[in-house]
Amino acid sequence: MFNTFKRFENFGHSLNAPGYRILARATDDIRAAFDLAKKRGLTVAARGAGRSYNDASLNGGGIILDLSAMNLIQSWNPATGVVRAEPGVTLEQLWQKIEPDGWWPPVVSGTMKTTMGGCLSANIHGKNNFKMGTFGEHVIEFSAILPTGAEVTCSPKKNADLFHAMIGGYGMLGIFTSVTLQMKRLHSGLLSVDAYPAPNLRRHLFALQDGAPDHDYIVGWMDTFAGGSSLGRGQIHAARHLREGEDPKPQETMKLTNQILPPYIFGVFPKSLLHRFMKPFANNIGWRMVNLAKYVASLPKHTFRQSHAAFHFLLDYVPNWELSYGRGGLIQYQSFLPKETAESAWAEMLSLSQKRGMPAFLGVTKRHRPDKFLLTHAVDGFSLALDFKVTDATRPQMRDMLQEFDRIVVAGGGRFYFAKNSETTAETALAFYGEETVKKFKRLKKRCDPNGLLESDLYRRIFG
Amino acid sequence: MSESSKLTPSTPLNPRKRAIVIGASVGMGAALSRKLAKEGYSLALVARQKEKLDALCGEINAGGERLALAYPHDVSKYSEVPALLHKIVSDLGGLDVVVFLAGVNYPPGGNDKYNFENDRKMVEINLIGAMAWLTPVAEMFQSAKAGQIVGIGSVAGDRGRVANPGYNTSKAALHTYLEALRNRLTRHGVNVLTVKPGFVKTDMLKAAAGPTPFAIEPEKAADDIYKAMQKRRQTVYTPFFWAYIMQIIRHIPSFIFRRMSF
Repeated sequence: MFNTFKRFENFGHSLNAPGYRILARATDDIRAAFDLAKKRGLTVAARGAGRSYNDASLNGGGIILDLSAMNLIQSWNPATGVVRAEPGVTLEQLWQKIEPDGWWPPVVSGTMKTTMGGCLSANIHGKNNFKMGTFGEHVIEFSAILPTGAEVTCSPKKNADLFHAMIGGYGMLGIFTSVTLQMKRLHSGLLSVDAYPAPNLRRHLFALQDGAPDHDYIVGWMDTFAGGSSLGRGQIHAARHLREGEDPKPQETMKLTNQILPPYIFGVFPKSLLHRFMKPFANNIGWRMVNLAKYVASLPKHTFRQSHAAFHFLLDYVPNWELSYGRGGLIQYQSFLPKETAESAWAEMLSLSQKRGMPAFLGVTKRHRPDKFLLTHAVDGFSLALDFKVTDATRPQMRDMLQEFDRIVVAGGGRFYFAKNSETTAETALAFYGEETVKKFKRLKKRCDPNGLLESDLYRRIFG
Repeated sequence: MSESSKLTPSTPLNPRKRAIVIGASVGMGAALSRKLAKEGYSLALVARQKEKLDALCGEINAGGERLALAYPHDVSKYSEVPALLHKIVSDLGGLDVVVFLAGVNYPPGGNDKYNFENDRKMVEINLIGAMAWLTPVAEMFQSAKAGQIVGIGSVAGDRGRVANPGYNTSKAALHTYLEALRNRLTRHGVNVLTVKPGFVKTDMLKAAAGPTPFAIEPEKAADDIYKAMQKRRQTVYTPFFWAYIMQIIRHIPSFIFRRMSF
């Protein structure tokens, strides 16, 4: 099996961990992978699209079970909006299948390249977390194979403990083989989007909280370079679905041709080359200018209509944008804080990053509410996701800074999201999950995986 | 290995490269291991002598972070290699570099003496030992389209001389083997570095027959090897001037060379 050794990276290209790749085409291949792991004394981790910013789908020196080929939409009912899909089906496949019939996934990530297995494992959220919760809240039922070889079916009622632990369990308990989901009805292919500026952090958070009830989606962009009285300023995008009758031609706007992101900008320039032209700007001065220009452009308050795909999948707008961060790649640091402590914690973190000369290049805020899953990242509050460029020169200082961030977040009763953060230690994880939760998870782990076959680099870092 | 002996995890802000050093316990192997640990590598140290291996491991890990793991192994036990390699790569969390330094030198004890058993041991360890390890490693690196193989040859492999036919043969064959791997693997993005040390002040040197001019400390050799690794060179002499000396020696015509005493 030495000739199956492949190099795998995280989405940000800031980590690499080679392992033995096994491509699963059917559920029997999953069992075979567990058998092989047992025989060779190795571990197995699942991988779909590899879109996690950290080590969730890496298993250095172990087996990488590649589920991207199990990508069949097994059934779709346009009357009820219920879809059944294999774990390798991407959000892109899903929305392109259902949107022409007038449906949309209830929760989507900022990229459409993620797979069902990945969305379930990380229990992803979208810009509508405050209203629709996480991806897992729309699962009617799923099947999975446990490392013991047993096949289980879980729903909110049946095997409820496993249901609430495997969703958001980062593939550490079993491998999803099929998921049944409820989609959301659309009355138009367009969203109505309100865009308005927020001049400082307090107004920014207030805008997120205040704008949420009247909208279906809300997201903030933050100018991470602005300091002083403008600290935390940015722009809010709040969108709502069009009601029945608001769109005179829903059949027309829901056509795929009116949704798909154009491959060119200004109608002529290929976007696939754009990341190369962004590269010279990927430094403190370049991004300061970009942030400033973006803020100035955001000042006039306006309302416009935008297709679902264009509104949601911002990360796909420039293909391979993450390559513009250069050789060291990028990391994302996302913190979730209760609404009472968010302002002071983020003010401290933003000032710290500016003072240390390591400002984030991009900041994105969202509004959240808690959910019932065991390893939940959600709080009744907000999240702030910060993108940092990694270079050889700044690694040690940045590491120290992020450890300080972790302390600020934990002290503020905050949480982290393991599709994003790559530097969180086992101690920090224990601190925000609480001993009770970690014990409960480990008990389930022992039950599902008595031989410890399912392990990713993330698992070893957080629970190892 | 117990659960408590896990290496410090590699993260984007504390990335560790991963290397296996075979023949790590003493001399050049120990010096190179110390150097690599300092330069940000997580290490699997492989050698026969468990006590020395554990001592080196303890020394490297003394700083607080766990950077090295010890694997006692005799490179002439070829059939153990695949399973051990699986285990090491799993413990290291991947693999970037493999350094094969294991080697023995048993001079026959005079220019007119012969000793097949000693010659055989040298070939079994210096050459076949290397092939046993580097075959699966080459397969892995070829598949991953990344990696670096470092083989420690010797100036003694550049010419067959009167003093030690078995040693010359084992090292010359190793050079050829490494060259062949290089020709196979360069197109897959893998670097194969052949290191040809002159005399290095190690235990092996004490056993050497004849004069040992320009002997250097193992630390100096380790620095040279590390530099060559970073530049992804193909062949390097340490110290560098052996390249010129060996250029001359390689060109001494046979009618003279076969009459020489060295």
